[in-house]
Amino acid sequence: MHDVTWGPALDKVTHKEKHRWSVVEISGALVGLALLAVVFVHGGHFLTVIGFAAIYGIFCTGLNFFMGYTGQASFGQNAFAALGGYGTAILCAGQGWQPIVALPVTMVISAAIAVVVGYPTLRLRGHYLAMATFALGLITYELSVEWIGLTQGYMGYAGIPPLGIGRYELTSDRQQLVVLILVLLFGVWIAQRLKDSRFGRALRAIAGSEAAANALGIDIARYKLAAFVVAAVYASVAGSLFAHFIGFISPEVFGLSMVTLSFTMLYLGGIGTIWGPIVGAVIVSILPEAFRGLKELQDIAYASVLILILIFFPKGLAALPGMIAHWRARKAEAAS
Amino acid sequence: MTLLSVANVSKRFGGLVANDQISFEVPEQTVFAVIGPNGAGKTTLFNTISGFFSPTEGRITFDGADITGLAQRKIAARGLVRTYQLVQLFKDLTVAENVQVGFHLVTKGAIGAALLRPRWMRAQEARVRDEANELLAFVGLAAQAGARADTLPYGQQRLLEVARALAAQPKLLLLDEPAAGLNTGETQALAEVILRIRDRGVTVLLIEHDMSLVMQIAQRIVVLDFGKKIAEGTPAEIKTHPDVIAAYLGTEAAHA
Repeated sequence: MHDVTWGPALDKVTHKEKHRWSVVEISGALVGLALLAVVFVHGGHFLTVIGFAAIYGIFCTGLNFFMGYTGQASFGQNAFAALGGYGTAILCAGQGWQPIVALPVTMVISAAIAVVVGYPTLRLRGHYLAMATFALGLITYELSVEWIGLTQGYMGYAGIPPLGIGRYELTSDRQQLVVLILVLLFGVWIAQRLKDSRFGRALRAIAGSEAAANALGIDIARYKLAAFVVAAVYASVAGSLFAHFIGFISPEVFGLSMVTLSFTMLYLGGIGTIWGPIVGAVIVSILPEAFRGLKELQDIAYASVLILILIFFPKGLAALPGMIAHWRARKAEAAS
Repeated sequence: MTLLSVANVSKRFGGLVANDQISFEVPEQTVFAVIGPNGAGKTTLFNTISGFFSPTEGRITFDGADITGLAQRKIAARGLVRTYQLVQLFKDLTVAENVQVGFHLVTKGAIGAALLRPRWMRAQEARVRDEANELLAFVGLAAQAGARADTLPYGQQRLLEVARALAAQPKLLLLDEPAAGLNTGETQALAEVILRIRDRGVTVLLIEHDMSLVMQIAQRIVVLDFGKKIAEGTPAEIKTHPDVIAAYLGTEAAHA
């Protein structure tokens, strides 16, 4: 950058401007902690549900890069979760690798495949891109069913060891949940760093206007591919963690339901926000459990709540702090 | 010195000749305008110069290098940055963030730098924020820095687009009908900003419909009609040019 100055910066925003926690954010964090406390005391099935939520949180945080920040549709990110899951199963259960070695290896494989598949696919836009990525998920599903020699087909892959290092394995559910949550928080931290950078700004610029991004010299094809690969790596980690957490995978695990579930989580929680995917993952995971007592009405209650949330919070629950700030500003304006 | 040279540039879409053998030279540090009635081929010419598409014939030279047929992104990297007739802001981003994106070309670092945040990256981010704020102050939008871009009134959105383009530190700024949709006051504010941009050493090439703006700020004007260049000169020369009057007011008026 050369040193042209454009005149005095009249109201320089200071850099060290600290994020002020809003009431909603604090109560969100408290609810989260309370939830974890209950889960740890209670254990059992509920703990598994929260474990799934954490895994889906990782998956959706990655998907958010491609669909939220970059504004591109992918209906096939489950393909990369399958790659991670089956990679882990084959390497750990089949070949006896250490989970801690298998995890980065599957991540690299998924990233490489994302580059190869994404390079031609991402030339498509809108509905065409959605269809091409959808096909990607279907192809991976078919492969996991038909390539029995590698994946054991419908039978699924059992005997996957839990996460661990060397001889030390995370044998209890509680230990595993702690690690899942740590990985999730690490994933969120990385997402936050990537978002608040030249890289993240370029992605959000592409979502805003490809024409303008192009005019400002942003290599659109390259940045879309980068976002796709980031999403694929998160998906791969989610797939691997699922395999370790449950110890068993089958083609159904990474099927179409993963796509619909992750979309629900993204939109419900708030697409294009840091915490939205996690809020969505937790709520969408818990709701069916909460309505279990309603028996045959369970699905109806679940769907009704989803629809209500989307009617009242069309931008997702993570938009709540912004909405409250907006209301307050309007109220203050009306009062003055 | 000539910054941009357009030599015998033609653009045909099938049988339609949108630009026919157009030539002109834009000297450094001027405000240069291309005017003409609707459908004269102004925007086509702009798209050709900025690399949105290649000319059918002819050569475009910028800053001493042939840029004919280069991709828009590469032309931008050489210092020729454009804005759009319909404002193309990043609506979900704040006003300040919009300008920060503009620094893309003159900054570096991708995923690795974003994750590790080495010292140079942090220094660069601080500089981007500072200079974005300076640019906003320069166009008079300092107070709106934290607002979402789409909440600005239209005139300010235009100014924001100009500030964002300036962030890329262009040698030549292409403005496509910047006064379109602006009221008189907003047009005046824009005119002042354009003159101050030139005073900072940036050459400005604008396409414009608004004659009052062009006559006020342009040093030199090219007039297009039906894809052909019909006149070139200073505002005073253009105002009295018979072909220009004919093009704008109709042939009878000119011959009357």
